[in-house]
Amino acid sequence: MGSRASRLLREEEIEEIKKETGFSHSQITRLYSRFTSLDKGENGTLSREDFQRIPELAINPLGDRIINAFFPEGYFVLVIFREDQVNFRGFMRTLAHFRPIEDNEKNKNPATEPLNSRTNKLLFAFRLYDLDRDDKISRDELLQVLRMMVGVNISDEQLGSIADRTIQEADTNGDSCISFNEFIKVLEKVDVEQKMSIRFLH
Amino acid sequence: MPSRTVSHGASGRLRGLFLVMVLVFLEGSVFTVAVASSDQHSPITAHSGSHKATDHGSHNNTGKAFPVLDLNYENVRVPFEISLWVLLASLMKLGFHLVPHLSNIVPESCLLIVVGLLVGGIIRGTGETVPPVLDSKLFFYILLPPIILDAGYFLPIRPFMENLGTILIFAVVGTLWNAFFVGGLLYGVCQIGTESSSILSRIGLLQCLLFGSIISAVDPVAVLAVFEEIHINELLHILVFGESLLNDAVTVVLYHLFEEFSGIGSVTLLKGFLGVISFFVVALGGVLVGVLYGILAAFTSRFTSHTRVIEPLFVFLYSYMAYLSAEIFHLSGIMALIACGAVMRPYVEANISHKSHTTIKYFLKMWSSVSETLIFIFLGVATVAGPHDWNWTFVTVTVILCLVARVIGVVGLTFIINKFRIVKLTTKDQFIIAYGGLRGAIAFSLGFLLNKEHFPEREIFLTAIITVIFFTVFVQGMTIKPLVELLAVKKKQEAKRSINEEIHTQFLDHLLTGIEDICGHYGHHHWKDKLNRFNKKYVKKCLIAGERSKEPQLIAFYHKMEMKQAIQLVESGGGIKMPSAVPSTVSMQPSTKPAPERAIPQLSKNKEEEIRKILRTNLQRTRQRLRSYNRHTLVADPYEDGLSDLFLKKQKMFQIEKKVSFNLASPQSPDSVNLLDEFGQANQQEEEEQGLMMKPPSRPREAKKPSEEDEAKDQQRLMRCLSDPGPSADEDEDGAFLP
Repeated sequence: MGSRASRLLREEEIEEIKKETGFSHSQITRLYSRFTSLDKGENGTLSREDFQRIPELAINPLGDRIINAFFPEGYFVLVIFREDQVNFRGFMRTLAHFRPIEDNEKNKNPATEPLNSRTNKLLFAFRLYDLDRDDKISRDELLQVLRMMVGVNISDEQLGSIADRTIQEADTNGDSCISFNEFIKVLEKVDVEQKMSIRFLH
Repeated sequence: MPSRTVSHGASGRLRGLFLVMVLVFLEGSVFTVAVASSDQHSPITAHSGSHKATDHGSHNNTGKAFPVLDLNYENVRVPFEISLWVLLASLMKLGFHLVPHLSNIVPESCLLIVVGLLVGGIIRGTGETVPPVLDSKLFFYILLPPIILDAGYFLPIRPFMENLGTILIFAVVGTLWNAFFVGGLLYGVCQIGTESSSILSRIGLLQCLLFGSIISAVDPVAVLAVFEEIHINELLHILVFGESLLNDAVTVVLYHLFEEFSGIGSVTLLKGFLGVISFFVVALGGVLVGVLYGILAAFTSRFTSHTRVIEPLFVFLYSYMAYLSAEIFHLSGIMALIACGAVMRPYVEANISHKSHTTIKYFLKMWSSVSETLIFIFLGVATVAGPHDWNWTFVTVTVILCLVARVIGVVGLTFIINKFRIVKLTTKDQFIIAYGGLRGAIAFSLGFLLNKEHFPEREIFLTAIITVIFFTVFVQGMTIKPLVELLAVKKKQEAKRSINEEIHTQFLDHLLTGIEDICGHYGHHHWKDKLNRFNKKYVKKCLIAGERSKEPQLIAFYHKMEMKQAIQLVESGGGIKMPSAVPSTVSMQPSTKPAPERAIPQLSKNKEEEIRKILRTNLQRTRQRLRSYNRHTLVADPYEDGLSDLFLKKQKMFQIEKKVSFNLASPQSPDSVNLLDEFGQANQQEEEEQGLMMKPPSRPREAKKPSEEDEAKDQQRLMRCLSDPGPSADEDEDGAFLP
């Protein structure tokens, strides 16, 4: 990846990140200082342990999955593996999904959609459910997420019936899995633009 | 045939309407007669009183006629008149909905004011003095609290909290702006525009400012009345409504401040500073009082499992006490009431029975509805009654200034607010917010409270207030509905929240909290998550009884949804009869086989499937719940008992049948022995469970015994009985249950 251990962010890099993600200059520098404060090893990249050191993330039920989402997948001869380090570009690329949608960005062309468009936000969330990347949320994947969210007191059967009910509500093509389009349809009443945006204050 | 029924329906409605009108006229006349006779009766009753006294004394001597039929109106006068008013209000409400199309064009509030005007006119026309019905004490202590409690208890917390910043800015800054703008400019107009000898020029600056503060507050009653009927989207509704609730603190502070200043006649900087501080005290103090009483109510509801009938009473009492306690210290009673209702609701609802919940809901709706109706009628009557002093300049300038101030205020504040909001407010939104700033009875009552000595121009103020109220309610109230249609403002989405939305929303909450933590950004989600965690760890344990304290929110939501649907389906399917037919199929008597066909009402196959599915899935939960309660805390509620009874019976059925069908599917004979064991186990399990039930179901037990005796024959019988289309036709049931 060729990421060098440079403490200062070069102007060209800031410009590139700005173009790719849409963040402003001050936001990028602010997030860079956060990045370096998390980077205990001081090698310009973050490892999983760096993330796991954040205390609130440890008690978050989705903590592990969120951390995983930062580490991009790579290919090594037909074997899919996850890289163990993420550099600042990757960090920003993932965070770009949560930038609020500006009015002037609402363009209709899906090919050039910015990272923080509604579809891309939903895709990010969908990928957190869909671990095996088959573009479907199966009953088991749903059960895993439910189990993480409700804790240990509830029985499997009960969770199973909730999962069944959920799939039944959402499934339109009868394959008892939730595809991405069904996912979008189910959330059409939810204000995703607001729910999945963080105000990065200046 | 169809045409006959249509005309029949129309004539039926007309007949109903006619009856209502007759009733109303009768009542109106009785009322005037009552008012009239109340004056004349006092001498008569006094006379009869003394008459009776002398009668007693001269009991032995004379043979005065014993009054068989006596008229004594004085004793019942006050309750009688109150009931008459309430009856009038309710009949009016009835009447409006009988007249076709009327409620679509004219909002109810306008019609009620007109009715009040009519009644006042009738009373005045008969020569009597109109009673001062909109007494401030009556208004603030009796009529207003139910409406506010209803609003606070059912306040949608999530959108309220998400938009709290916006709401606060509109409520505080907006109201302040309105008050000073209107008051200041009015003073200027009074001084400049009129001759120095006219009455207007004598109105001081402080009086004008006080008037401004009274007239500038958006009224929750009027907003509720009008916005209920136009069904706009949740965001706009909560913005205008939230503003009308929260500006009470500002109004209270300004009112007392200016009232005291005009009494003293001078104002110092220190006093101004104290005024600002008192604002915070009033607002936060009110909320604190409300929260305190809310926690008390939640705590009390934890122990009400043995006395379910008075549960609703606690909710009402604690809320009312919160309101009154806040009023003692001149804190904001409205904010106390809202805080109390909003805080106690999640805990109380987890503790109380289903029936109490329904009771609370319907009582609140009933009281608030009657209150609202009465308020508008009284406004009409007070308009006829009250001493008026019409001053063209003052009134017109007030109306214009109110409108202008509102528009400028909303536009200006939105400009600032939009810099901080993720979802910006569009021009359409701003228009609706500005247009929805209705004034109502609170302004009138505050004006009524003014002291005549300090404010010789009280009548002018009252007239102007009433004019503004009429203008906003009639003009703005009537035209807002067509305007909403015209501007194509987003409407409220009627569909209920699905389980998908609930799950995914929670999922997104966790996701966003995690991202915020990674960014080191202590935002909205971070604090909400912290609050939820605190709530789960400490508060719920104190305030919720028993095992429900550990129930995650998702599970509670799911249960509520399923229970509701199950009850609905069972009710629509013709009652409890259907499932009770099932145990009879297991009673092993061939003669009862036709019974299921007889007992099952005309349910479609699909409905049956759905009911079974839902009941089956609910059984899991009921089993869990029963396990954790002992028999002393189980609800002695016949409907609930019947339902859980049902569920248990059904579940036993499915368990047995599942095991049977599984075992009989494979032809090996050793399974028949296993079958016996299975039945034995099932029996034991059931007996252990029945210790938990207050009414142990006896039929399944009988059903089991014969099957133990003769397994081969019964297996066949069982298969036959259970091969009725319902249970065995469920493919996916096997998929879900088999290991």
